[in-house]
Amino acid sequence: MRIHAEVNGEAREFETKGSESLLFVLADQLGLPGAKGACEQGECGSCSVMLDGRLVCSCLVMAVDVDGSEIVTVEGLGRSGLHPVQKALVDSGAVQCGFCTPGFVVAAAALLDENPVPSSDEIREALSGNICRCTGYGAILRGLDSLAGNR
Amino acid sequence: MTARTGARIKGGVGESTYRSDGIPKVDGTFIYSSDMYMDRMLWGATLRSPHPRARITKLDIGPALAMTGVHAVLTDDDVPGRKTYGLEHPDQPVLGSESVEYWGQPIAVVAADDPEIARRAVDAIDVEYEVLTPLTDPIEAERLDSVFKRQRCRRGAEKRRGMVAVEGYYEVGMQDQAPLGPESGLAVPDGGGGVDLHIATQWTHIDHEQIVACLGLADDQVRIHHSGVGGAFGAREDVSLQIHLCLLALHTGRPVKMVYSRSESFVGHVHRHPALLWYRHEADADGVLRRVEARIVLDGGAFHSTSSSVLSNAVYHAAGPYRCDSVSVEGVAVKTNNPPCGAMRGFGAVQSCFGYEAQMDKLADAIGMDRIEFRIRNALQRGDPLATTGQVIETSMPAVELLERVRGMPLPEEGASEDPRLLPGGTGLTTPGASVRRGVGYALGLKNLCFSEGFDDYSEARVCITPFGVEVHTAAVEVGQGLGMILTQIARTVLGIEDVVVYYDDTSKIGSAGGTSASRQTQMTGGAVLEAAKMAREIALTRGNGDELDDAGVWRGGELVTPMSELVGGKPIEYHIRFHHPPTEQPDENGQGNLHVDFAVAVHRAVVDVDQELGLFRVVQIDTVQDVGFMINPRSVVGQIEGGVMQGVGLATLEEIVIEKGVIKNPTFTDYLLPTFLDAPRIEVQVVEERGAFGPFGAKGVGEPPTVSSTAAVVAAIRDATGLELNRTPVRPEHVALAPVQAGRHP
Repeated sequence: MRIHAEVNGEAREFETKGSESLLFVLADQLGLPGAKGACEQGECGSCSVMLDGRLVCSCLVMAVDVDGSEIVTVEGLGRSGLHPVQKALVDSGAVQCGFCTPGFVVAAAALLDENPVPSSDEIREALSGNICRCTGYGAILRGLDSLAGNR
Repeated sequence: MTARTGARIKGGVGESTYRSDGIPKVDGTFIYSSDMYMDRMLWGATLRSPHPRARITKLDIGPALAMTGVHAVLTDDDVPGRKTYGLEHPDQPVLGSESVEYWGQPIAVVAADDPEIARRAVDAIDVEYEVLTPLTDPIEAERLDSVFKRQRCRRGAEKRRGMVAVEGYYEVGMQDQAPLGPESGLAVPDGGGGVDLHIATQWTHIDHEQIVACLGLADDQVRIHHSGVGGAFGAREDVSLQIHLCLLALHTGRPVKMVYSRSESFVGHVHRHPALLWYRHEADADGVLRRVEARIVLDGGAFHSTSSSVLSNAVYHAAGPYRCDSVSVEGVAVKTNNPPCGAMRGFGAVQSCFGYEAQMDKLADAIGMDRIEFRIRNALQRGDPLATTGQVIETSMPAVELLERVRGMPLPEEGASEDPRLLPGGTGLTTPGASVRRGVGYALGLKNLCFSEGFDDYSEARVCITPFGVEVHTAAVEVGQGLGMILTQIARTVLGIEDVVVYYDDTSKIGSAGGTSASRQTQMTGGAVLEAAKMAREIALTRGNGDELDDAGVWRGGELVTPMSELVGGKPIEYHIRFHHPPTEQPDENGQGNLHVDFAVAVHRAVVDVDQELGLFRVVQIDTVQDVGFMINPRSVVGQIEGGVMQGVGLATLEEIVIEKGVIKNPTFTDYLLPTFLDAPRIEVQVVEERGAFGPFGAKGVGEPPTVSSTAAVVAAIRDATGLELNRTPVRPEHVALAPVQAGRHP
């Protein structure tokens, strides 16, 4: 099946057999490996992307279902210089292995779009669908707190 | 003439510099081993045993091979060299042939045009089993002498001498490292019978050693390239898909990629050993520890991996960082049909600490002494012998200072919050705040640093000064901890040159750096870079006829005498080194000797809110003080400590691989629960910088100590809130709500 979608602001098309996830197609056919596969069942948030303005786990979206949709991946967020979330996470030392980082970047950007000044607890709750195994979340919170002007 | 200011180099040691992989990791362009693509690439998949113990009575690959899009189906017959591999003992078949010994053991591998065809081909392999009863009980395994290793430590008089004695038995569940990056790699045939493997690993050279043996190739026919690693924590010390990928690539003559699913990852790497422990501690009425006895049983699972070393470590750390001159510890690592266990952050020291710290609380209570005071009275200091091995501690050992510091850290505000996000059970299952009780628990932990027991621990590094800046070459693996940044900072400081780039060379270009394990890379590869940079600087000063070096060139008496272009324009300065740490000994028959080269200690205080009726608990805060020697990069040290603490909190509250009759019941992130942002306590970090015995600028490894004692502290806090014995970790709601049901077993 031929699928057409707007990906990071560009019209893209790709072929799918129908059994592939959006996550797989992003890396395999569209050259966008930023979203990461770590659990394949929507538990860890590493594959987070924006689909028609909604934050989704791309591992749970069938590629065949995105025809006509708008998709923004982590690569799309930083196209005109680093997104403030990306800069904040680098500055606070929130990047270790970095495998979860693209998911956190997309989810945090989505949060800030909705609520530009979240409290620390709102940040923690909004990002509780993203798992980080390296940092213990401390540096991630410090980075996003600084963006939100907390403390 | 330019005047030299002598200003400190920008981005040198002691500064929280930024890592060079930071931006590629936030913008999605960093390439992990699972992101690699090549033209004409095939995808690999693995047939695994559905039984923990069985005889293979039929294995017909014909139906799979006949499928369109399938290029290879390989079995044990296709392994040209040694049929088995293993990190310390080559006892694990590359592919199981006559029998299988654990659930998920690989039997055949497939290469196909895409991952879906590969998976279907795996399903099409015709395999039949005669199912056998698995041996899954570690005590039964020991009785049957199904044993990988026994290790003892005996020291001092055997008679019991304390006025007060406490006993206890403890149990630690099987924890998964759960790095977010799955096992993955890409093998590329070189057209001449050899292969290049791009892989997420912790030690390229030890992979290389095992791969060439199994492929039956010469050393120079296989090159292992360190690819982007999505976390490790011990899970990547053992070979997983490395040999399979090379076999498939060589067989098909095409690049082959393989990525494990999360469920496959749970059987694709070894885990933290589950442990059964028994302890008896004796002390004088005035609080002096007089005798420690322990028995430790680790379930090593079906194959050896590092079980022997993990057992030794558990035994050597069995008394913790406390003085005692009468010790008897007996340990055994058994072989069962459970999933194989091996390295995970803390490497045996975590299991012991869960036991000895519970005992220290019990003993303090029995004597009627304050728990911290009791620990301070017995805490190991520089110059004391380690209770188990008798080794005199010659490195910094600030255990007393840690305990005094953590006692003085402010406690969080009392009183349960009204915000469900801050209550036990969280937003899903909320406790009425009024029934929440707060507990506080302490634990002090000890961890050896670098390789021990006479192992020839070394790291190679090459430092080159070129007209374009400094190159640092190493085979050390950056797993996410920030090693590249640490090496950069060391080279900058020694050479006075800011422009430093670290190259992670493949196995053909430089010798081993040793594993990224045992908290050793800052000390070992950092040590190698320090020494190589010092020598490169000496060469530069001699060549340039001066007494100082920086970006501009060589200076003498404050004047630039040889500009950089002149100094290295014709020929770069290059120094290659193999850096060894001071030698260690093998243990004698009583486990005595100078077995370790360095140690670090950390203390944790956990504050936990508990609703006992509902069995719910929330870790509110962890306060920690860690012995770090010297912080080469303070921000990175804090990051390592916070992350390590959280893995310990996970083992205390959530994380356990549940096994029934040899089968993993929860091999997904839906069922194996990792701490989320909302589970994460506030973590307050302090450090003590008392320079270590060796290691660049006195730095000590910082990766493992935070994981050693944080688990014990959290469980101590739940005990404090509930009055329950809680001798097993992770603590489950039923252990709290349905007390006095006890989960642990006497070994």
